Amino acid sequence: MIEFRQVTKRYDSDHTALRQVNFGLERGELAFLTGHSGAGKSTLLKLIMVMERPTAGEVIVGGQVLNRLPRRQIPYIRRHIGVVFQNHQLLFDRTVFDNVAMPLEVMGASPRDTGRRVRAALDKVGLLNKEKMNPMQLSGGEQQRVGIARAVVNKPPVLLADEPTGNLDPALSSDIMNLFGQFSQVGVTVLIATHDIALINEMGRRTLTLDHGRLTAAGAPDTGGVSGH
Amino acid sequence: MATDPRRKPEQSRGANRARSAWREQAESYLTHHRKVARDSAQRLWHTPVASLMTWTVMGVALALPVALLLLLTSLQGVSAGWESSARVTAYIDLDVPLEQARELRGEMAADGRVASVELVDRDQALKEFRASSGLEDALDYLEENPLPHTLLVTPEESARSAEGVEALVRFMEGMEGVERVQVDLGWLQRLNAMTDLLARAVWALAILLAAAVVLVIGNTVRLSIESRRDEILVAKLVGGTDGFVRRPFLYTGAWFGLGGGVVALILLQLSLWWLSGPIERLAGLYRSDFSLNGLNFDGALALIIVAMLLGWLGAWVAVKRHLDDMEPGDIAGG
Ligand SMILES: Nc1ncnc2c1ncn2[C@@H]1O[C@H](COP(=O)(O)OP(=O)(O)O)[C@@H](O)[C@H]1O
Ligand SMILES: [Mg+2]
Repeated sequence: MIEFRQVTKRYDSDHTALRQVNFGLERGELAFLTGHSGAGKSTLLKLIMVMERPTAGEVIVGGQVLNRLPRRQIPYIRRHIGVVFQNHQLLFDRTVFDNVAMPLEVMGASPRDTGRRVRAALDKVGLLNKEKMNPMQLSGGEQQRVGIARAVVNKPPVLLADEPTGNLDPALSSDIMNLFGQFSQVGVTVLIATHDIALINEMGRRTLTLDHGRLTAAGAPDTGGVSGH
Repeated sequence: MATDPRRKPEQSRGANRARSAWREQAESYLTHHRKVARDSAQRLWHTPVASLMTWTVMGVALALPVALLLLLTSLQGVSAGWESSARVTAYIDLDVPLEQARELRGEMAADGRVASVELVDRDQALKEFRASSGLEDALDYLEENPLPHTLLVTPEESARSAEGVEALVRFMEGMEGVERVQVDLGWLQRLNAMTDLLARAVWALAILLAAAVVLVIGNTVRLSIESRRDEILVAKLVGGTDGFVRRPFLYTGAWFGLGGGVVALILLQLSLWWLSGPIERLAGLYRSDFSLNGLNFDGALALIIVAMLLGWLGAWVAVKRHLDDMEPGDIAGG
């Protein structure tokens, strides 16, 4: 589903964030991306989102080589990738429902479809009864779950998360991780950047480790997610 | 569950889903446009003072050239009848006696192109000049009357075209005893010549003001883009196309244009009302049929449409410069 071939990313200054990174993730696979701060985790996720372009090498998502993707095609790729960030990026000028509905609105889904799918996503993260609230009224963990609902509302085949549990307590963190586990069970490829080693150990999943932009451990492809399906 | 009542129609629809898919797509596209249009309008409404100021600036900038154009059109309407005031004056050689001048007058009067001829003999002319100029004393020093006999010729209706008058002038210049022929087209013709120049000046002004309007709206929309930065970034993050993120701002521009156009119409109507009294009196003095016409319905509609297009264009400039290169990269977190 996701494949990196000899990917190097150099930012304007001759600072190299990623060096010749190679790995692949199967459909339904859940993997962790770890490494020290500044190791290049966010950069790797941004390359998948086409927020950045690789300096060398190829990034392939869903069989499509992203390097040569024309600018105006980028939105259509992003519709197939859900993202969750530590600073969940919710909009406080609208309700929880409207926040979650954004990916559908962007696609031009009908109001009926939107209602159905937003409620399904909110149900999944256990916030169905909060749809009319403003995200500001929610706790940190709830806000993060709204972010997840938004990321999965249009059933993307790929789900990326950048430090999704960064400022949550351990119990909430493992709740969120279980949620990610459930998505991978239904065939979503999930890649989670985190430096929460305890959590990674608890989950016992494949782990990609970055060190100064180099992939030092990639683990074996682990399709446990779909085999149980 | 909250979605239960919605399930039924969803399933029965399954059979003809393919057929109605494009329809539903088109419908939701329209729904989206309506929603964005309404939402942009509401945003303007929520900041009434700022919006009103922008509308007023735009209204003034639009009303000014339109008012001038209306004035010009009215003037051109008047001068379209300038030929009626055309008069040809023939000055007769000083040494031609009155008898011969009378003969010339008769000759002219017989010409088919001439409606009427008036002979002003030199004594009479001097007397009139003396009375009207106030130079009585100075004139007393003159040994003899410097003024010639004069024929005032009013051309026939059919000869009042530019070519007709010119032919008449040439004919009269060729007459024995006529020294010089002058066409007195009066102030209306001078005005006519000037309206061409004025029209160009007004159009130049209109273009400058339109550019100003585009820049003002562009700047206002830029501020609006800045204030909705988060929303734009999230929309781009979840796969919003450029068209999608631009749309609210283009509508905002068009609404600014609409408001500006309406303010311009109101300003035009007010100044027309304010000026109508004096203009009527002035036109009465000149026995002119001049009247300052306001915009008719088509004109008003055109003004509104142009205003909306300018607003839209201004928004487009802002969107092109400030929105397209906004990338969600920086919200992803280091
Ligand atoms: N937009 C950017 N311009 C220049 N350098 C950047 C940019 N984004 C990240 N970097 C640098 O690239 C390196 C990797 O950053 P990042 O991928 O954010 O690491 P991580 O997410 O693992 O902490 C860091 O040294 C960072 O300073
Ligand atoms: Mg990071």
